[in-house]
Amino acid sequence: MTKQTAHSLRADYLAGTQKPTEVVAKSLETIGEQNDALNVFLDVYESAAQQAAAAEELLAKDGESAPPLAGIPVALKHNIMVEGERVTAASKILENYTATYDATIVNKLKVAGAVLLGGTNMDEFAMGGSTENSAFSPSKNPIDPTRVPGGSSGGSAAAVAMGSVPVAIGTDTGGSIRQPASYCGVVGFKPTYGAVSRYGLIAMGSSLDQAGPLTNTVADAELVHSVMAGRDPMDMTTIDVDTYPAVETKETYRIGVPRDFLAEGVDPDVLEAFEAHLKDLSAAGHEVVDISLPLFAKGLAAYYIVMPAEVSSNLARYDGLRYGTQTPGETLLDVYEQSRAHGFGDEVKRRVLLGTYVLSAGYYDAYYGKAEAVRRLMRQELANVFTDVDVLATPTAPTPAFTFGAQADPLAMYRQDIFTVPVNLTGVPAISTPMATVDRDGSTLPVGVQYIAPHAGESRLFDLGKRIYDAQL
Amino acid sequence: MTKKEVQHLARLSRIAITDEEAETFTKEIDAILEYVSEVTEVAGTDALEPTVGAVHNVFRADEVTNEPNQYTDALLAAMPETDGRFMSVKKILNQDD
Repeated sequence: MTKQTAHSLRADYLAGTQKPTEVVAKSLETIGEQNDALNVFLDVYESAAQQAAAAEELLAKDGESAPPLAGIPVALKHNIMVEGERVTAASKILENYTATYDATIVNKLKVAGAVLLGGTNMDEFAMGGSTENSAFSPSKNPIDPTRVPGGSSGGSAAAVAMGSVPVAIGTDTGGSIRQPASYCGVVGFKPTYGAVSRYGLIAMGSSLDQAGPLTNTVADAELVHSVMAGRDPMDMTTIDVDTYPAVETKETYRIGVPRDFLAEGVDPDVLEAFEAHLKDLSAAGHEVVDISLPLFAKGLAAYYIVMPAEVSSNLARYDGLRYGTQTPGETLLDVYEQSRAHGFGDEVKRRVLLGTYVLSAGYYDAYYGKAEAVRRLMRQELANVFTDVDVLATPTAPTPAFTFGAQADPLAMYRQDIFTVPVNLTGVPAISTPMATVDRDGSTLPVGVQYIAPHAGESRLFDLGKRIYDAQL
Repeated sequence: MTKKEVQHLARLSRIAITDEEAETFTKEIDAILEYVSEVTEVAGTDALEPTVGAVHNVFRADEVTNEPNQYTDALLAAMPETDGRFMSVKKILNQDD
């Protein structure tokens, strides 16, 4: 089956060969058939059919001048606020929380005519790489249901992979869009930090978080990103078009491979697939060269200081009083301690405790201060490398999708993000596209390649991705 | 990292933890700290100025942008315990202490 894309649906809508109401009905049917088994959607919005009818009217009236996503079904990770809908971050502490306003990206998707279909499962507060940390049971990988879909945006990746939507939105703090995209065989895009507003996203690591699309093609990722991007007065960290120097597209690219960084911990067949992909890039006329990024190997260590520090601050707001679930107690302190004890899962507690430690007096300089300094050096190192090459390439993750419970040790799970976290720490954009499949225990599993560009180099990633990935579909 | 330290961190973080949880977290956090202390090996960080983002010190006019009471009902509805237009909380001081 050829998967539908936002582009193909748009063409069909304009040609009159398909209608938004039919497509959305089909989406709901797919979810109805598969969701019990896969647990991908936590909520399906009741207004979906109504939104589809409105989009259909708009397309009938305005034709080609109808907004770019008119009638396109879109799924949203459950940490993105949609006014009047339940948004849980897959946490018990927000189990019955209804959003009181729209995130800026939700507002932009609505203006673009998208049909918001429902909310997808994730690791609790986006902490994890498998959806196993969801308070509402893990999602299953549609390609092999004995395996995880990746995470934390695992539900969004699976929603696209199961064919229920052509577009899902995820958030990426250390790889949470790109890694599940790799595990589920879809495209996942993490924008330059500040390119997309974080207003109305449930915050995890505020200096790292960005929202981006999961799609079947790079062209769709580009389209959806163009709808969501832009300066927002409600998020003072959003950037303007001229914040960074322009990054131009080119006929051929000089692509850097951090070879020393790949030496350890990558599955041999993933590495083999990556080497074959590099040959394809050379065959397509690009120049592939070895580069060295020694500090990137320290990225994961710096990340597991900076991120928990930001987590412990951001999650201080869950007090059991202003919203969410309250656990009764004798005193106010009891209410705080019991609400957070019952409301948070183990991984969330672990990171809040760790973050509290690295920010506490006496340890701040040794951990947080040092990690932020390393982060700064990583930016310098990366800027130097980008004076020589146009794009970097790595495998997206060191392994294909693993089976449930296979990464029970927290540190083993963290290592899945070795190639993706340096991107968030330095704030540059990156995309994961499927590059090959590998065989595991009778399953054929997708693995992704990650391309990384300089700050504001989105167009370069889309250009390369369309020419390499979309072109062979 | 000792169990006592973890219990202190839990108190600071306002998370009640059981004795058993304290044991497990102590081991896990110890292992994570050992791993992350790799950053202390990185040279050349001493002379660096503190990091600022690509955009910083961005301000907007301090103006009210919503109507009075525009969100009040929705926000009150989200609160687990209310008393009219007030949030209801437990006593802050425990007289037994």
